[in-house]
Amino acid sequence: MITFIPRDKVSKNWIIIAPILSIVFTIFFGLLIFTFLGYNPLETLYQIFVSPFSRIDRISDILVKACPLIIIGTGLMLCFKSNVWNIGAEGQFIMGALLAGFIALSFPNIETKFFLLITILAGFVGGALWAFIPAILKTKLNVNEILVSLMLVYVAMLFIDFIVRGPLRDPMSFGFPLSKPYPEGALINKIPFPGIGFLGQLHYGILFVFLLVPISWIFVNKTLGGFKINVLGSAPQAAKFAGFKQNSITITVLLLSGGLAGVAGVIEVSANIGQLQPEVSFGYGFTAIIVAFLGRLSPVGILFAGIIIATVKLGADNAQMTMGIPKVVTGLFEGILLFFLLTGETLQKYKIKWSEGK
Amino acid sequence: MEKKELDILLKATKICKSFGNFVANQNIDISIAKGQIHALLGENGAGKSTLVKIFYGVLQPDSGSIEINKQKISITSPNIARKNGIGMVFQHFSLFPALTVAENILIALDNKIKFNKVVNEITKLSKEWELFVDPLKLVSELSVGEKQRVEIIRCLMQNPSLLIMDEPTSVLTPQEIKNLFKILKRLASSGCSILYISHKLEEIIELADEVTILKSGKSIASIDAKKTTTNFLAETMVGKKITELKKTIKSKSKKIAFEVKNLDKPKDHEFGISLTNINLQVNYGEILGVAGIAGNGQVELMEILSGEINCEDNDQILLDKTPIGKTNINERRKLGIETIPEERTLHATVPNLTLNENTFLTYFFKYSNTKSWITNLLNNPKNSSDESTKIIKNNDVRCPETNPLASQLSGGNLQKFILGRSLANNPKVAIFSQPTWGVDIGAATAIRQKLLDLSQSGKAVILISQDLEEIFELSDKICVINEGVLSEIFDVREITATDVGLLMGGKNKKMEPIK
Repeated sequence: MITFIPRDKVSKNWIIIAPILSIVFTIFFGLLIFTFLGYNPLETLYQIFVSPFSRIDRISDILVKACPLIIIGTGLMLCFKSNVWNIGAEGQFIMGALLAGFIALSFPNIETKFFLLITILAGFVGGALWAFIPAILKTKLNVNEILVSLMLVYVAMLFIDFIVRGPLRDPMSFGFPLSKPYPEGALINKIPFPGIGFLGQLHYGILFVFLLVPISWIFVNKTLGGFKINVLGSAPQAAKFAGFKQNSITITVLLLSGGLAGVAGVIEVSANIGQLQPEVSFGYGFTAIIVAFLGRLSPVGILFAGIIIATVKLGADNAQMTMGIPKVVTGLFEGILLFFLLTGETLQKYKIKWSEGK
Repeated sequence: MEKKELDILLKATKICKSFGNFVANQNIDISIAKGQIHALLGENGAGKSTLVKIFYGVLQPDSGSIEINKQKISITSPNIARKNGIGMVFQHFSLFPALTVAENILIALDNKIKFNKVVNEITKLSKEWELFVDPLKLVSELSVGEKQRVEIIRCLMQNPSLLIMDEPTSVLTPQEIKNLFKILKRLASSGCSILYISHKLEEIIELADEVTILKSGKSIASIDAKKTTTNFLAETMVGKKITELKKTIKSKSKKIAFEVKNLDKPKDHEFGISLTNINLQVNYGEILGVAGIAGNGQVELMEILSGEINCEDNDQILLDKTPIGKTNINERRKLGIETIPEERTLHATVPNLTLNENTFLTYFFKYSNTKSWITNLLNNPKNSSDESTKIIKNNDVRCPETNPLASQLSGGNLQKFILGRSLANNPKVAIFSQPTWGVDIGAATAIRQKLLDLSQSGKAVILISQDLEEIFELSDKICVINEGVLSEIFDVREITATDVGLLMGGKNKKMEPIK
């Protein structure tokens, strides 16, 4: 039987060595797998790990891809820290995008960028409302939030599908399930750099991330609200003893995480798509769960985890485009990377002991 | 005591076991004769439980050897222990509440037999040993004493030659203890050895033939229990003279501080306890002791008294004659009511937070609404660092480093911190549940002295405790909780330990309540 024994002290050196070793192991096993499958192993690794960094516009694409992951992951962090398991960020992302889209399309001629504040707020409300359903069911009827939030993802997917095929379909779209394009006031522009022009898809939405990370750090570490979340997650009884209201914390973190997922939805659609379509998310809501845990449920950690995951995703795209390596294979590679990163983190904190017997 | 070589059932030599840096057992030698009742005595954390877990195969020793009937064996699992005739009754019962007695015993048996046969066997054994239980009853419907009988029967089914009992009396009433001792003595005279773990001295003198005393992981003495005194045992166990509590004669106050009236609360989950018609009152300058065996509604009572759960009716709790039943825990703290729940980690404190943060846990409201909005917004644990340092200093809380995590403190030091945190708020009414449970004698004495001092300075104290000695030592008035019902309140001079024991066991003794 294998038992995990907590280490007395986490060695400072291993905090640095462990992630490096994890990457080395990942590369090693990656090489093995790619060789077995008949792909040029070194070139594959280059595509996955190096090519996303090979040009400055590609680096900015990493940021663009990481942007929704970090925003959603930060919201999920608040939930997971307080032992509330919101698995439905994908649905909240969609509903945020949808409500913001509805508002945007209701004012087809608006041009002022201040309108963005309204659509982003609408996105927050849309996502928060969708998260309010599991919140109220959990606190009033003790219904498991994992189940409800997950199921609502599929409801949201089908709902946006219905909306863009029905009520909001652009009559000029030649039968495609697409809405009208957003008005100028609801679009997030790319950032122009003097002398260079645009850097890939880099857009103003990224500023939201740079605002969100420090704010969430202060919230978690320096405010009573963050303290409440921490106590509730570590010891619910102690939270009662302190007089914290468990239900209102649960509802608050679900509304915040749903709202942030909704904002991520607005930014994604307003910056990269510009209209509503049946597919707006590409799994950001689910990937962000990994980002939140890989970032050890800390705001700065989530920033880095978002960038790592985004890099590998883009690298996988590159490998598919240039070498024809199917997504499943690069998916396998992502799995190996996660496995070793998490193993490294676990072994920092625990030693393994093999004991005899059953 | 002399023992013939032949008579020795179990002999352990130089047993060592450590967990990380903590040495739980260090070169422990012990030998148990056939048919002997051998007591293992020591304070909490002396290594008793570790040693018997090694005998029962739950833990493996780092070094040392164990012989049974002069055969050297290694006990790598409880299975092997049972095959060698070793049975154990744990301190915390390992029974499934939703299954019947017979089902519980059936699933624990190593060789599978038919259900009917198990039922017959249980009936036979329970008659033979006067361990009366109904094999078809659900375990959740049994009393604590009955549950223990189930555990003993489960061991007896295996025909053990050694029965290990880990602090079996800590959950029993005096009457149940007497019965248990009768059974154990009969078992021993029939040839089954018993290894009996306890830190209660009288019990050991009454029951045991030989006693081995453990202190900080070492066996420091093996003595004939028939030729020793409780004082000698206590001094050997603690290693120093026990300091007496300082009690001054106090003037009686007649002013009622805190009152509970006709309080009912239905249980909130299947295995909880409903509180029925609770009435109590405590005067300033008085300690009211609430005795009772664990699991009789103390936790539920504490939730209501502390304000973690509100009363249905505001008039059900009165402070200085003012109704406060619907106030929450922080409002009650502001009114001067301080409470300590029995669960030290995870309820009174958060283990993975620092002491500073744990102070903030019950102090945070003090810093809000006092300064500008920005300081209100940034109300964080740093605010309570001065108070935290003071609590640590004034209460002799020994920390391994400045501002350690709560989990780094020993039970006694953590409890001193928790008590200090409450007292620093200068409460009018203090309601403390099991304040010395599982705490070493030094810290327990310090805590008890603090409670006495508190009442002597004119404050009202309610002490909920399962330690009868403590109740009698500290209280001015005593009542007993049993299955969610609180007895009348008696003056400490008008009630004996036997009476309290009967009340704890549910027998409602008719006595004249004090006016």
